[in-house]
Amino acid sequence: MIPELVCPAGSLAALEAAFQHGADAVYLGFRNATNARAFPGLNFTQEDMAQGIRTAHRHGKKVYLALNTYPDSAHMSLWKESIDQAVALGVDALIIAEISLLAHAARHHPGIPRHLSVQGSATTPAALRFFHEQFGISRAVLPRVLSLAQVERLCEQAPVAIEVFAFGSLCIMVEGRCQLSSFVTGHSPNSQGVCSPAAHVHWAELPGNRREVRLNNVLVDQFEPDEAASYPTLCKGRYRNGDNLAYVLEEPVSLNTLSILPRLAQAGVAALKVEGRQRGPAYVAQVTRVWREALEALKAPTPFAVQPAWQKQLSHVSEGLQTTLGPYHRDWH
Amino acid sequence: MKLTLGPLQYFWQRAEVLDFYQQAMDWPVSVVYLGETVCSKRREMRLQDWLSLARQFAAQGREVILSSLALLEAESELSSLTRLVDNGHFQVEANDWSAVQRCVERQLPFVAGPTLNLYNHEALAFLQTLGMTRFVLGIDQGSAALHAMRQQADIGGRPFPEVEVLGWGRMPLAYSARCFTARARNLGKDECGTCCREYPHGFVVETREQTPFLCINGIQVQSAAYCDLGPELESLREAHVDFLRISPQQENLGIIIRHFAEALAAGKAAPRQGDSNGFWHGKPGQDWIDAAQRLSPSPA
Repeated sequence: MIPELVCPAGSLAALEAAFQHGADAVYLGFRNATNARAFPGLNFTQEDMAQGIRTAHRHGKKVYLALNTYPDSAHMSLWKESIDQAVALGVDALIIAEISLLAHAARHHPGIPRHLSVQGSATTPAALRFFHEQFGISRAVLPRVLSLAQVERLCEQAPVAIEVFAFGSLCIMVEGRCQLSSFVTGHSPNSQGVCSPAAHVHWAELPGNRREVRLNNVLVDQFEPDEAASYPTLCKGRYRNGDNLAYVLEEPVSLNTLSILPRLAQAGVAALKVEGRQRGPAYVAQVTRVWREALEALKAPTPFAVQPAWQKQLSHVSEGLQTTLGPYHRDWH
Repeated sequence: MKLTLGPLQYFWQRAEVLDFYQQAMDWPVSVVYLGETVCSKRREMRLQDWLSLARQFAAQGREVILSSLALLEAESELSSLTRLVDNGHFQVEANDWSAVQRCVERQLPFVAGPTLNLYNHEALAFLQTLGMTRFVLGIDQGSAALHAMRQQADIGGRPFPEVEVLGWGRMPLAYSARCFTARARNLGKDECGTCCREYPHGFVVETREQTPFLCINGIQVQSAAYCDLGPELESLREAHVDFLRISPQQENLGIIIRHFAEALAAGKAAPRQGDSNGFWHGKPGQDWIDAAQRLSPSPA
């Protein structure tokens, strides 16, 4: 089975780039706090979403709504109305993390497929069965914590189709259960749909052409003149452990699973997700093109081989210009 | 409001664990949470050992809850979880949906742990229909969120579950597939040799300007700062918090627990001993909000 290619769309231009270069589906969110990439200037108004859905359906492609943050009791109507609006606009599936919203979608829009968001933190057959039995989910996006062998076993045992992250920025914590950003800034992926938000980032020049970057006053890293400076995501900062200065949690690298694509397909993974709704149309075009070529190569009778040109193109758009297989590969630990 | 002893977060030698809980037999806590919540490779204490402790606390008239892992990856972990749920006597704190599912399958009541992401009254009501009796407020949630939940539950005429809030201890902030303790020693996760046993309080990493920041505890990342809601006892009472969780640490925990217990008995606040209370006030978790800066809790 050739997995579906699900690409990010932070704008209409990105959506068009995705479909032009071979995406089977895009995932997108409204321009509000209901999704986990609630960045300024990003995401869709109702009008844009309607147009995006028309474009998709004209090409026989799909649009999934990412509605994967957790509303508090005082603000639930925004989330429910967003679900209802997206369904009225014609989205093909709802990607949801929170149980009361899954219940709302199942009750009011039973005909629209529900996917469990990666933010729902489900990593076992039992957890997937919970969401399947209670809310009728048909697909789940796995957190980036399982090894390839564990993904293969889960595909055998899961009551629903499995979607995995194939490429993009790497969350190294269980999605939905990381409060690092909230601890430092008060804003989190769960509640506000942001991680290490730009409004809290402060860059400063230091003597000797060095630079430092803080997140709400917490020093995340300093850079020598010849060092590439990366965005101060808290899990990718350099901290001191005694006398050692190190990337204690993770280096600034991106996930790239091209080399294990045949095994993911063999395992029966239903869909591959590309991360990056915060990235521009050029990124979406580049990444989608490479992954479409790779998926086409899987269909060919000749053995699959990762083309050096693919890796080169993906490296150009990767965070820190390095890529990793991340948790899929045991040695990553 | 009653005190609870939360689940042990660190990896201690078996004798240290038994000694710690022997001391706890004299502490004024109403509920004791027992079990491994961080890493399944920590096998100093087996299920039978935890159950033996559980029976001793139960014989003293304490409520005992068995806590489950927050992140399950391997099939063996799911099997262990199933044995925990099937212990035949004690309720389970479900720290993952796998545990909720096992409890639902067996129609057993359960406590929802702090990692289940219950942010609103409808989520609470849904889980109550499935057997949830109590929930531990997520570490990032505070009094305004709790007031809003209760207010909306009241409007809907729904009973509110028991509420537990972390009152003292380092804040669990994240869980990963990666073991950060093994990484710091340049060891693969599969070859870790459970080196976390050498860090009975985890180990603190500092920012480059030497400010303590995070505490590394295996696959879990905690704050270096200690959450302290002792000065907040009045607002915790106003928020109808039923249980205040004290998180295990090797040193001075008996003193800390008595400090809280005396303040509770006197109906007063417990003077500040820790670092942070930001989450309770809807602020960054690392912050300390002084009494003078505090607003009275408003229903969101």
